[in-house]
Amino acid sequence: MLAYTVRRMLMLIPVLLGMSIVVFSIIHAIPGDPAQTILGERATPEAIEDLREQLGLNNPWYVQYFSYLGQVVTGDLGVSLHSKSEISTEIVPYLAATVELTIFSMIFAVFVGVNAGIISAWKQNSWFDYICMLMALIGVSMPIFWLGLMEQWYFAQELKLLPSVGRDNPRDAVEAITHLYIVDTILQGRWDQLKDVLQHLVLPSIALGTIPMAIIARITRSSMLEVMRSDYIRTARAKGLGQFIVVYKHALKNSLIPVLTIVGLQTGALLGGAILTETIFGWPGVGRYIYTAIGNRDYPVIQSGILVVASIFVMINLVVDLLYAYVDPRIKYR
Amino acid sequence: MAQTVTQTNNVPVKPTQETASSPWRDAWKTLRRNKMALVGFAIILFFILVAVLAPWIAPYAYDEGSLTDRNLAPSAEHWFGTDYNGRDVFSRIVYGAQISLWVGFFSVVGSIIAGTFLGLIAGYYGRWTDTLISRVFDIMLAFPSILLAIAIVAILGPSLQNALMAIAIINIPTYGRLVRAKVLSLKEEEFIMAARAIGMKDSRILLHHILPNSLAPIIVTGTLGIASAIIEAAALGFLGLGAQPPEPEWGKMLADSRQYIQKAPWTVIFPGLSIMLTVLGFNLVGDGLRDALDPRMKN
Repeated sequence: MLAYTVRRMLMLIPVLLGMSIVVFSIIHAIPGDPAQTILGERATPEAIEDLREQLGLNNPWYVQYFSYLGQVVTGDLGVSLHSKSEISTEIVPYLAATVELTIFSMIFAVFVGVNAGIISAWKQNSWFDYICMLMALIGVSMPIFWLGLMEQWYFAQELKLLPSVGRDNPRDAVEAITHLYIVDTILQGRWDQLKDVLQHLVLPSIALGTIPMAIIARITRSSMLEVMRSDYIRTARAKGLGQFIVVYKHALKNSLIPVLTIVGLQTGALLGGAILTETIFGWPGVGRYIYTAIGNRDYPVIQSGILVVASIFVMINLVVDLLYAYVDPRIKYR
Repeated sequence: MAQTVTQTNNVPVKPTQETASSPWRDAWKTLRRNKMALVGFAIILFFILVAVLAPWIAPYAYDEGSLTDRNLAPSAEHWFGTDYNGRDVFSRIVYGAQISLWVGFFSVVGSIIAGTFLGLIAGYYGRWTDTLISRVFDIMLAFPSILLAIAIVAILGPSLQNALMAIAIINIPTYGRLVRAKVLSLKEEEFIMAARAIGMKDSRILLHHILPNSLAPIIVTGTLGIASAIIEAAALGFLGLGAQPPEPEWGKMLADSRQYIQKAPWTVIFPGLSIMLTVLGFNLVGDGLRDALDPRMKN
């Protein structure tokens, strides 16, 4: 296991280097003079020259790249052109907001998706199965930004059941410690605020979690159907175990292996998809941070934001691969 | 079949429609029996007709409206109501079908051409070309796809063309990897070795022998790819990074109308439903094709 872990981690190095090249290239791929583009048509030549100097654009590209790489490796993500503050500190609350939203969406997706998949497989070809699979099909075809808008309109504006924007009540804002508001409110023992924070999480989590939920339901179902046909399940049934125990205790364990990969891949997709959900629900996450930066032509923020999200994506995939090898030991020897 | 078997003389028998059996024909038979896939076909055909016949179907121009007719509820004159500019939502959706299908189809064609080319080279020539191309694919896949598309549009500037290009680029590795894997397995087959032994040129082997045999998975992935490309284009449009006004792009329509959602929900409901239905159509056909063409890909 250790050898596999080390090998798998070494394989990350070229990917991370490649990512840094891609992100580095963003500013250089802008047609024309990047400094001119950032500052706009009416910028003075002095201002442009200053910005070129600040961004190091006057050096040869390889000098620029290696100094950029050196900065990134030491945790320096540059300075925002818009707010003039360090991106590495500025990004933390945004990142925490996205992480909280992503975790909640994934909990929702896994809980609903896995259970729907199990019951569909268990009651194969029943009306429940048909409805679940139809819902799953609609779920994967759903533009999540539209689902988000519909939720916001119906549950927040028409029924007034749940809050439609933000992470907390603006008149009673959560005092940030870790910036994960759930953790913060618990640490402070503010149960009223915890309830508020949870309510704010419901609609965006469902919007963001719908696609992975649908995919997880489909994968769980097909994987369950396969496992349910295997000999050891027949044995379990033959020795007289109840259907519930057979399904949830014996079959589930093995059918979750393919589900695990999907969860990993989808968590990464959620990080990307969060940009849409965050725009709709006014969620102050890293997706919105990058999106606002695009509007401001704040290229250092765009670069670092994308690099951070992509790095997290890669790390999640690494963890999933390792878990996968742990759950299914045959993988290590391939 | 029975006739061909009992033929004992040397007169060659012309296979008739019923007797000829090719993998493609078998696949078509399986597909025809798949009700869900047929529903998908019907949906796609419907939207293609709407797109092609848009000038005759749409009762109004997509970019003209009178400010006195703002946010009107659906009625006999305006089937899907009017938007915040007094434009007919139905007409805009009809013209929007052209944009969505166009972006979906051409971005996928672009990804397939580039991906197939790179995949063939990587798989067939191996060694450093393979290492280089595969590493580039790995790096591209290391980014959440929509984020990569956003980065590309941030570089090129927001427009429908650039959104199409970005969507095409981010999906290249999908097809590249698929073709590469197929080439690697085909390369060891005897018919390829035979072709090489008789001195056939690499380009001919690749285009006439390897490519046709990789076609089935490309078609399946491509059909499902159109579905995701349409959603990606709508997402970029929604973020203001794709189609620009007054183009009646469905995602852009959602973004522009969202502030009037309480007053005029139809301006948001119908464009979203159109995206969902179109995408559903391609997903249904894609699933059906997968079951029909490549039983091993079946989950």
